[in-house]
Amino acid sequence: MALLMKGNEAIAEAAIQAGCRLFYGYPITPSTEIPEYMAKKMKAVGGTYLQAESEVAAIYMVYGAGAVGERVMTGTSSPGFSLMQEGLSFLFAAEIPCVIIDVMRGGPGLGGLGPTQADYFQLTKGGGHGDYHAIVLAPSSVQEMVDLTKEAFDLADYYRNLVIIAVDGILGQMMEPVEFPPYEGRKLEPKTWAASGAEGRSKNNVISYYLTPEIGEKENSRWGAKMLRIKESEQRFVEYRMDDAEYAFVAFGTCARITETVVDMLREEGINVGLYRPITLWPFPEKGLSARINQIKGWMSIELSAGQMVDDVKLVVNGKAPVGFYGRQGGMTPEPEEVVAAFKAQLLGGVQG
Amino acid sequence: MKSIFTKTTGLSDRPFHYCPGCTHGIIHRLIGELLEEMNLIENTIGVAPVGCSGFCENYFMCDMIGAAHGRAVAVATGAKRARPDRFVFTYQGDGDGASIGLAETMSAAARGERITSIFVNNCIYGMTGGQMAPTSLVGQKTSTSPYGRDAMTMGYPLDLPKVLTQIEGAVYVASVSVDTPQAIKEAKKALRKAFQVQRDGLGYSFVSILSTCPTNWGVTPVEALEWLQTKMKPNFTLGELKVPATEGGSEA
Repeated sequence: MALLMKGNEAIAEAAIQAGCRLFYGYPITPSTEIPEYMAKKMKAVGGTYLQAESEVAAIYMVYGAGAVGERVMTGTSSPGFSLMQEGLSFLFAAEIPCVIIDVMRGGPGLGGLGPTQADYFQLTKGGGHGDYHAIVLAPSSVQEMVDLTKEAFDLADYYRNLVIIAVDGILGQMMEPVEFPPYEGRKLEPKTWAASGAEGRSKNNVISYYLTPEIGEKENSRWGAKMLRIKESEQRFVEYRMDDAEYAFVAFGTCARITETVVDMLREEGINVGLYRPITLWPFPEKGLSARINQIKGWMSIELSAGQMVDDVKLVVNGKAPVGFYGRQGGMTPEPEEVVAAFKAQLLGGVQG
Repeated sequence: MKSIFTKTTGLSDRPFHYCPGCTHGIIHRLIGELLEEMNLIENTIGVAPVGCSGFCENYFMCDMIGAAHGRAVAVATGAKRARPDRFVFTYQGDGDGASIGLAETMSAAARGERITSIFVNNCIYGMTGGQMAPTSLVGQKTSTSPYGRDAMTMGYPLDLPKVLTQIEGAVYVASVSVDTPQAIKEAKKALRKAFQVQRDGLGYSFVSILSTCPTNWGVTPVEALEWLQTKMKPNFTLGELKVPATEGGSEA
């Protein structure tokens, strides 16, 4: 049976269904429905909602609960996500599985409450210190928010890595019909590493600290190898009308929804375009994009930012075709007509169509 | 032959890395002994700070989590809420608990988190090499107060346990020292009570312990004890500052 749910609430429900029984957070628009839903529902399932004194504290409460081996989540929006960056670096180094939701809003600074995707660099390049990556999932519908949230907990446990679900404010706030089908998860190992109390075993330490450079390098190499494994196995994307496309858009989240309309409009004019939609922002789905390199005469990244993902597109395209960009900022979203015009101006030299 | 003293099973065999004359070792022993005596070793999750005691996870025989600087109490909160059946403690220095982690300390106290914080105050940043701490004394020379702590521009030492007594959720607050055998006994008694308060689920318990840092104070170990007694003690409220209502008081 389909339910009509707000994106933020759907994420929270999916997390509970995935076995998350601990939520630590601090209210911030436009993600506040996540803590509100958790505050209401956790009690009924014997879980815990705790309102932290700040996002800094919230992420370290997540760290503590993850370190003892429990499924745990927090949800926030851009300024709060900034406050969590140190914690993300520590979570990575201590290899503590957890799920973090970033419902992106306008920035920089206090910015605005409207939707953006301008945390892309922070999400994918590491907003905290050191060489690390989160697995970053970018749904583009409320249904996909549910499906990816459930999977996020498995990914986190499987790789002992933090997983971030990145949505813009529109997805967090909009209502769509959604279903909660049974989820058959991955086969996971017991968390024998967790610092849960050393009953009947030798003690465990969950730490991110070493003062011996030789150990530091070894640990970084081990984490690097894990990042490579994730890059190899977890790249995800969806293609829309790409089979005979001569030009391709790259867009995720709400922008991908808008760009689907753009593709249809251009196709009606007889221009063969398609959409390449990354679902994993990290690892960026290079493989699928590379497979289209010889086919596509021009690429264009559509984002709610000044142009961030476009850099990753350029790295993969590597000069073999022009790469355009169109974006809106500050909480504004593009109209399909604007994108059509920008596409023609940048990739068709403004002469066709 | 009768054995009158053995090393506690609450501590590992790893030699401490602490400087000669530093009292972290004594405090570790007291905690180790209590974990053993109260049968808590297998039931405990300890949280290590950043600072000189940032490697204490290697010494305590219980499970340990290493926190970021100042975040031990938040980490302990996350762990305790996840496993309310476990005994959870933080071990922190003055910089960790009273400066960068002050918000975490106060907020956990306000929520009455069922955790225990052991706060080791030596009036200086030890690990980074002797910088001014939130508890440094007025006039105290450190590498970042080379002309002495000037109250007009650098403020006053924070008497954190005294402040915590004002918070409802902090149900046991003690301020002790380990500078004499008698003081060590008193400190152990306070720690035992703090641990028991958590086991009884009464709320947040906090034990401040005055400690020495001969290396960064620039004195000998013996002089360090004198410095603690003559300089530090007059600046910090000492004693059992707050006991649970069951012991006849909920007020400071």
